[in-house]
Amino acid sequence: MSNDTQLSPPPAATRAGSSPRPPRPSFDLGAYLKNVPWRSIAIVVPFLAVFIALAIGSPAFTSVQNIGNVLDRQSGILIVAAAATLVLIAGGIDLSVGATYMFTAVICGTIIVRVGGEAGVALGIAAGILAGLVVGIINGVISTYLKINPLIATLAMSFIILGATKLVSQFGKEGVGQIRVDVPEFRWLALTKPLGVSLPTWIAFVVLVILGIVLWRTTFGRYVYAAGGNAEAARLAGIRVNLVRIATFALAGTAAGLAGVIDLARTPSVPENDAIATTLTFTVLAGIVVGGTSILGGAGAVWRTVLGILFIAMLYNGFTLLRIDPLFQGIALGVIILVAVGFDAWSKLRRS
Amino acid sequence: MPHSASVGAPQLLVELRGVGKTFGGLSVLSGIHLRLEPGSVHALVGENGAGKSTLSKIISGVYSADSGTLLIDDEEASFSSPREALDRGIATIAQELALVPELSVAENVFLGREPRRFGFIGRRRLKRDYLEIARRTGFDLPADAIVGGMRTADQQKVEIMRALARGASLIIMDEPTAALSAHDTELLHGVVRQLAAEGHTVLLISHFLSEVLELADTVTILRDGSLIRTRAAAEETEASLIEGMLGRSLGSVFPEKPEADARGEVVLSVRDLVAPGVYGVSFDVRAGEIVGLAGLVGAGRSEIAHAIFGAAPRNAGTVAVDGVEAPSSIAGTLKRGIFLLPESRKDQGLVLGRPIRDNVTLSNMDEVAIGGWVFANAERRASRSMLNRVTVAGDDRRPVSALSGGNQQKVLFGRALQRARRVLIADEPTRGVDVGSRRAIYDLIVEQAAQGLGVLVISSDVEEVLGLAHRVLVVRGGTIVGEFEGDAMTEENIITAAFADPITNGSV
Repeated sequence: MSNDTQLSPPPAATRAGSSPRPPRPSFDLGAYLKNVPWRSIAIVVPFLAVFIALAIGSPAFTSVQNIGNVLDRQSGILIVAAAATLVLIAGGIDLSVGATYMFTAVICGTIIVRVGGEAGVALGIAAGILAGLVVGIINGVISTYLKINPLIATLAMSFIILGATKLVSQFGKEGVGQIRVDVPEFRWLALTKPLGVSLPTWIAFVVLVILGIVLWRTTFGRYVYAAGGNAEAARLAGIRVNLVRIATFALAGTAAGLAGVIDLARTPSVPENDAIATTLTFTVLAGIVVGGTSILGGAGAVWRTVLGILFIAMLYNGFTLLRIDPLFQGIALGVIILVAVGFDAWSKLRRS
Repeated sequence: MPHSASVGAPQLLVELRGVGKTFGGLSVLSGIHLRLEPGSVHALVGENGAGKSTLSKIISGVYSADSGTLLIDDEEASFSSPREALDRGIATIAQELALVPELSVAENVFLGREPRRFGFIGRRRLKRDYLEIARRTGFDLPADAIVGGMRTADQQKVEIMRALARGASLIIMDEPTAALSAHDTELLHGVVRQLAAEGHTVLLISHFLSEVLELADTVTILRDGSLIRTRAAAEETEASLIEGMLGRSLGSVFPEKPEADARGEVVLSVRDLVAPGVYGVSFDVRAGEIVGLAGLVGAGRSEIAHAIFGAAPRNAGTVAVDGVEAPSSIAGTLKRGIFLLPESRKDQGLVLGRPIRDNVTLSNMDEVAIGGWVFANAERRASRSMLNRVTVAGDDRRPVSALSGGNQQKVLFGRALQRARRVLIADEPTRGVDVGSRRAIYDLIVEQAAQGLGVLVISSDVEEVLGLAHRVLVVRGGTIVGEFEGDAMTEENIITAAFADPITNGSV
């Protein structure tokens, strides 16, 4: 049509009047700072601040032995938290990781005690991890296909699992007390130190790197973000959102299984105490949230969770080194979570 | 006050002087002078994106004007929230009703202002107050009926009574009849007349020009954010309104339709399709053909699209692409070459928190990944080349939420173009898209047809359907009730078919 030209872009002449480039581009600190994505690096700043403060305040803190110990003790929880991060990003939440962790440790320990020998150790490890996988898949199916809110589904599951744990542990105990697996073939898992670093730390490192890369560079990772960011859009883009979510629950369950086995080898007994399971779940969630992964799904990263968990561990370690009453640990952590989440909500509010 | 209230409603004079508004550097409204006379029905007409909703939202306190002043009873006013506007007597009846479905009619009417006795809601007072309002408006809705189960027209009455209970003098109605059957529309018209007769001011926003001419005392035409003219409704005709709204011939708004070869192969064949909200639909789309799917909101157009795309379970019937039956799953229909641009970009199309790039490649990850591993360079190139084709410039690592509505829609088009398709279904492709970008979207649609795709366009905007489609199917009650082609393709025919048979149309 002849009058199509009405809608063509304006002639170049109108753009000629745009302001010319400033003659001397000087370094503008203000503008530079404005471009830093503060929200995305929020965890890095306090992490470094506390690290430096502790390094100055307590010389023991930066010793190779102390840092090695902290990492060794955190390896199990780091594995669980990294996998649980995927659950959260995909739009779910897993409150049963602590219970699963304890359940798998008991299964592993019971089999090692009952079967014995190297075969028992191998079978125990495999069964522990497999049990975690099964629990994860059940969590996933309940909270997707059965349409039960994952918060409630995994809360209920965690009671069921803790009950099942007591059931299983009766077979592993000799008389009263705890399951003890003081067999060298098994403890080897926790006590070897390739290149001076404990094997659990190595395992955690490998798992974290793999999960980080999966999230960052694979189609599955993309689907995880899409499922949590906008489930309906993901579905209409041809993504099987339920399967993606089940996979994240399965990963979290498997990770809890692996962590349960590793920590059993470190301790090497399973104390029968539900509070340990609950504390683990809470610490995992705290670490994820402090790291900056959104509780609403769709955003977050594994490295954030690693920093979040280590931040909490560092804080506890610092309290101990500085001989501060452990009473304040919980209070300090609670305040930090509120500040972290509040900062997140506040920065979102300001952007909109 | 200029007039003394005749029937007792408090009167309110609202005036705008040189009001303007920009969003992200884009001017959506500028230099608006408007005077809403108390006791009159004042209509706002204009194309989608002309600025009607923005204007009404400035008056109702949702937005604040960037320039100019808002005068209430000759006093300068500035609302920072709809709440403040409501306190001054300005209420909005929005397209999406804001009722609590579990509560009763009376409870909804007095929501937040329940008469209280010792901290408890005074049930008897509530009922008495409700009956008073019901008497005033002449609405005979039972006070105890639960709102959730009522028909839309009745729910609108509840909203209107709520506005009155809050002492509203100016009531803004945004497309109040868009979702109503002809019978309910007639009822609502009666309500509007009565409100005006009582001394209330009604600001009516409507796409239905006959409705505007029938109800309004005064009509204001908006185009591209400017006020074209304000005149008495008696001086306007449908033709004069359309001319004022468009300001140009239809030809410049819409690209030229590609030659549709009537003997072209059938690419999409739908037979006896039954799905939730779809009751036996059959039609064909040929290669290079653009078929419009018209009808009222809620008539089942999107449901048909979802059933074809496999996004809703298919209870019966078949969907075939190039003669081969397509499975009833999204992954399956995507593979067969069907692509759906969903109705709501924000809720169904984009993952807003993710980068533009991820949104482009989301449904075609196989093209940039091997064995689940995403190749960053391949993805960057794929995304860039698609964005170039749909003319979206800039860094594609920015979150997609940073883009304007039009560019967001183009990103979804980019996703569609990533693979060779056979059928494109575009559901409300220009909803929330600014006037400038709309033509670009139309061009993309026509380009797809020209390349031999079968295109199905769903739109509530009849002009859009007429401007784009070779053939129009009218949907009502989940089935196709009319088909128009060539000279029979007129706004009147389409509207008539969409509205016909009011008795069976209204759900009772």
